[in-house]
Amino acid sequence: MDPKEINTKVNPSFFKEHQRALYKSLEDKHTTVEAYDSEDPLGSKMILNMGPQHPATHGVLRLVLQLQGETIEKSKLDIGYLHRGVEKIAENKTYQEFMPYTDRMDYLAPYNNNIALCTAVEKIADVEVPERAHYIRMIGAELSRISSHLIFLGTMVMDAGAVSFFIWTFREREKILDIYDQMTGHRFTVSHSRIGGVASDLTDQAIAQIKEFTETFPQELKDWHMMLDRNRIFYDRMENVGNLSTEDAIKIGATGPTLRGSGIQYDIRKLEPYARYDQVDFEVPTRMEGDNLARYYVRMEEMQESIRIIEQCLEKMPKGPVRADNAKQAYPSKDEVYYSMEGMIHDFMMTDIGICPPEGYETYHAVEGPKGELGYYIQSDGTGHPWRLHIRTPSLANLQALEAALDGEMVADTVVIIGGFDPVMGDSDK
Amino acid sequence: MELSPELQKVIDGLKDTFESDYEVTEQYRGDTIIRVKPDHIVDICNYLKEKHHFVYLADIFGTDRFTSDDRFEVIYNIVSLKTQQRLFLKTRCEEENPHLNSVTSVWPAANWFERETYDMFGIVFENHPDLRRMFMPEDFDYHPLRKEFPLLGIPGSIELPSSTPDTE
Repeated sequence: MDPKEINTKVNPSFFKEHQRALYKSLEDKHTTVEAYDSEDPLGSKMILNMGPQHPATHGVLRLVLQLQGETIEKSKLDIGYLHRGVEKIAENKTYQEFMPYTDRMDYLAPYNNNIALCTAVEKIADVEVPERAHYIRMIGAELSRISSHLIFLGTMVMDAGAVSFFIWTFREREKILDIYDQMTGHRFTVSHSRIGGVASDLTDQAIAQIKEFTETFPQELKDWHMMLDRNRIFYDRMENVGNLSTEDAIKIGATGPTLRGSGIQYDIRKLEPYARYDQVDFEVPTRMEGDNLARYYVRMEEMQESIRIIEQCLEKMPKGPVRADNAKQAYPSKDEVYYSMEGMIHDFMMTDIGICPPEGYETYHAVEGPKGELGYYIQSDGTGHPWRLHIRTPSLANLQALEAALDGEMVADTVVIIGGFDPVMGDSDK
Repeated sequence: MELSPELQKVIDGLKDTFESDYEVTEQYRGDTIIRVKPDHIVDICNYLKEKHHFVYLADIFGTDRFTSDDRFEVIYNIVSLKTQQRLFLKTRCEEENPHLNSVTSVWPAANWFERETYDMFGIVFENHPDLRRMFMPEDFDYHPLRKEFPLLGIPGSIELPSSTPDTE
């Protein structure tokens, strides 16, 4: 079949305009490059539709690939199948009420999303956060970075064919979820951060669990390095696959480990330090190759650095309150709410009206999520609801890079490349 | 608030080169936002990229000011990797038939961000290589982040797939 005829051959049952426009845009991609090879006597060209319901695409990602034999000539990504309109919802919620929605954005690393929102609101409303809360946030964020990278590692190695490996990484991830259970009261969608601090202090048991994890996890990492680094099958599947050169990565706006795997040392923790990242000592792993193997190494080394950060945080963490003691800026503690009239009134006012940043202000604050720069742009109109809250999500930027990186690769490598870019559709589809 | 010397240089350069386009610089909590007129946005972006090393485009998005003149705002979030500075460039377009020139020729990364802005606010980017909707299907007629669009959506505005299995 001539790929140009796809629009006459396919008869979609819903979203007809959408499908037509998608196939049309695939046809138009790089038209100048291949105007000459319109003939295809062997019939080796085909259009392959992959997803949105496909186990290897990590959610509801849909790819439309035009193949020449086994090579991908050009590709188009179709996203939006998980679009929930959180930015619209945010305009109708107070800042604190919006917090549980952020858990469900990048659902593999909820803690990072929580602090991304909180730090952004704290910046625009000028809220002072106690020292101890900063360190608790950093511990939570680094744990969540490890848990997100563990999913990346498990699924990507599974995509390459090693199914049992997935179970080992999930065993370690399970330990992190247990820590969250102790630390925050929830295993998965934690919502632990509050504007002006965190919800609760670390218990002794939580600290003991974190310490145990930081002691045992480096050994696991070492074992995985031993298993994968010189493994012929893994190495050959990863090396020189999904190439993204340094110039292309910067041009197409890749972010996080994808950008660092392509040789740009771009990390918000170093560029615009938030919390207390300027007080701890850590490296930003960077690789020059820009292939899947580089991205694997970057993430593995990042987990190692995260452990270092957590150890330093536990050491440096001072004693003290975990939430700002200012009724106009943060929720009062539950002790106050239950035993004093003022506390109860303040609690009610925070829930009803919320925190009100100055009118006309607009600020942006980004944190380094596991997948890259995760930023919140807030415009305030002086009320407790944001006038506009825009979320700059790393997965959207990385998926755009994925569309560029897929062209010219082999079709069998598609799932590995998707695994290497590690998109989360809840994150990119907002 | 004090501007950092690097950003002051950028603003001075911008004022000199695009005298008639430069409007105002605002600062909130350390974020610098430069507002310019929309007509020469591509030239301005090109100037910032070539002369001041703002090579990394982090984001483009729109906002709805809900005013009668210059209703929509488009904000460019750019980073200079040389001086480690972040800068916001902002421009406004009118309510009737909002359109703006696409900056995909300056930063290819603008492609999807402009599609998202078009999808959510209906701002048409001219000379865009592939201006389709980003999240909503093409069959959808509204732009959901505009302030007049109701939170609960418009019943019947989108055709849902049949929930019963095919029995042929």
